Amino acid sequence: MFNDRTAKFLLLAALVICVGGAFAPNWIVNQFMFGFSRALAILGLMVLWRTGLVSFGHAFYFGLGAYAVAILDSKLGVSDVFLRLLAGAVVAGVAGFLIGFIMRNYRDIFFAMLNTAISMVLFGIVVKTESLGSTDGFAISASTIFGLAPETKYPLFVIITLVGLTAALAVNFYLKTTFGKLTTAIRDNEIRVEYLGFSVAHAIHLKYTISTILAGGAGALMAMSLGQVDPESMINWTVSGELVFVTILSGPGNVIAPFIGSLVFEVLRTYAFELAPQAWQLIMGATFLTIIFFLPGGIWSLIEKLGGKKNEK
Amino acid sequence: MTNKLLKGALGFAAVSAVALAGGIAHAKDTITIAVPSFLTGGAAGPFGIPAMNGAKMVTDAINAGKLPAPYNTKGFGGATASVIPLDEGGGATKQVAEYRNLVEKRNVDAIVGYISSGNCQALAPVAEELKQFTIFATCGTPRIFEEAARKYVFRTMGHATADNVAAAMYVKEKFPDMKGYTGINQNYAWGQDSWRDFDLTLQQIMPNTKASDKTQFPKIFAGQYGSEISAMSLDKADLIHTSFWGGDLEAFIFQGNARGLFKKKIGVFTVGGTAAYRLGKKLPNGLVLGARGPYGILVKDRPSALNQWFINTYKDIYGIYPSGPAYQYGQAILAAKIAYDKAGSDASNEQLANALRGITFESFSTTVEMTLGGGHQAATENGYGITEYDSENGENVVKDVKFYPASCVLPPEGQNSVDWIKGGMKGAKC
Repeated sequence: MFNDRTAKFLLLAALVICVGGAFAPNWIVNQFMFGFSRALAILGLMVLWRTGLVSFGHAFYFGLGAYAVAILDSKLGVSDVFLRLLAGAVVAGVAGFLIGFIMRNYRDIFFAMLNTAISMVLFGIVVKTESLGSTDGFAISASTIFGLAPETKYPLFVIITLVGLTAALAVNFYLKTTFGKLTTAIRDNEIRVEYLGFSVAHAIHLKYTISTILAGGAGALMAMSLGQVDPESMINWTVSGELVFVTILSGPGNVIAPFIGSLVFEVLRTYAFELAPQAWQLIMGATFLTIIFFLPGGIWSLIEKLGGKKNEK
Repeated sequence: MTNKLLKGALGFAAVSAVALAGGIAHAKDTITIAVPSFLTGGAAGPFGIPAMNGAKMVTDAINAGKLPAPYNTKGFGGATASVIPLDEGGGATKQVAEYRNLVEKRNVDAIVGYISSGNCQALAPVAEELKQFTIFATCGTPRIFEEAARKYVFRTMGHATADNVAAAMYVKEKFPDMKGYTGINQNYAWGQDSWRDFDLTLQQIMPNTKASDKTQFPKIFAGQYGSEISAMSLDKADLIHTSFWGGDLEAFIFQGNARGLFKKKIGVFTVGGTAAYRLGKKLPNGLVLGARGPYGILVKDRPSALNQWFINTYKDIYGIYPSGPAYQYGQAILAAKIAYDKAGSDASNEQLANALRGITFESFSTTVEMTLGGGHQAATENGYGITEYDSENGENVVKDVKFYPASCVLPPEGQNSVDWIKGGMKGAKC
């Protein structure tokens, strides 16, 4: 029942946002593009979090996605938005599938730190390699859509919204399948899951790969909306931390949460930056602490509470 | 369901309303200038804060009409400017997002600043796309104007090639017996470019010297250079080139000095100027010190009214002499004033760009000629000196200061820096 409501809400919200975006000023369109691009990666981390796993290294896949777009653009001149997105998701997904063979054997802090280690290897390689742009990174040319070069950002905004919608619906559907339902079961008791006849390793491997495909797609979309990639903003451990931050800010309650959380994060950061140029990190940190102390279920738990009260009336 | 939908729609409307409120047009008697600089992180103290101080001081003086002649008219084309400080940290991609916010959300009139080459490199195409009048103050990479023609972007100081060509020439003049040289540079574009230019120039002008095969490229912001210092102490080379800046620079000086590195080797510091006033007695004697042009400690004795005003006012307000970044940001703000004075306070981005393109102006410490990059890239002289602690006055000074004219250390218009050096620096007038 609840999940159907989620799907309906997602469809309606996407429609409202796409129509509204046509009338919104440029900077709001930008905020939605950045927010929704990142939300894809958060969606993947949410699946992992529900399984009881937190990765402090998903900037690896986010960065792979972004750099796939950058390399395609600078070396091969590929500008089609769908090809770029596909490349980002596939490169990250393949890497995630291979690395998943190692990761599926680890839990807790070991899982988190092993991911960090791998992401920092990529960071080190990119920073030191001039042909990969070193610390300067690459500027990315504007994306085309089936050979057409749009004059405004609006078409890309619509595409990002629709990709986000599709991913949210797919993850929503996945979480309802038997394999999807194993997420919380694995978190609660792995041995029982094995006794039920499922392979925990396979289940985790699948979830890990899903999360890496989503993170790669997110990186690709982010690279296209920003028009720039560099290792500091795309692969460094601070980016992994940011992804975890937004996941906690959003809360694991629903596939809608990453989109709201990511958007809130983007707006919050913009205003923190504007109001306190010397202490904006302080505002972000205080927000993070507030969420952990008062809203451990993230923004979504607030929405649930408000919604719950309404229903009682 | 409908409730949720309504809430969503209301939320969207609210966000849009905030946006519209933020977008109210400015009156013509005031303008806003965004000034990005490092305000957080290791580069803030030695670099970002002095830069911001310089920009604010000059803006305030222009608003009050207190700059020495010929800039003693009030305001920017008559308009009072307010400075919006902005943090430059967090990587180029983040800066691109913030730049868009500056233009599309906060509707600033001009953007003047940026220290990091990576940021400038990333922002130049964005500025062109948004058609936003932008003056880069400090960043060094020559590629900004060599890779593409720009229409709205300017840089009011010389680029990194000048720093390293001048360093090599100074070395040739003062240390003609030098046999071999090595370098320690941060492993990113700035460090790699700096070393390449220095190395290539020495190959041209001192062909009998040899570069070490163990040049050091530690990670940027590493902060610990123990193993690199050991390796260089053992190296046969008698000279060390470094383009370290900010916190890394000071860490390297402290750690190298403790091990006597600068007693054994000649240290060439292309961005060393920022450390001169901050480190005091801890700065070793005998370092070859640059300030990325005629700024900071190198020009402390220049008697022009503009320079003396700059030094004395800065010392009065901030209690320390102005270093390079303060000069460079002040110079960029001054260029903005000149553009506004010429084009008028309500000028469009295009008119402002036309007003600044190709002009020559007298800045605080030097003459700035916007002759490169199609009139968008400044050419200035570049110089070096040797550090010495003046125990009578308890401060660092530089001796044997020598300046090279712009035509000597920068490639002629239209030529790529690396090709120019490799081709033997043809057309250089020294």
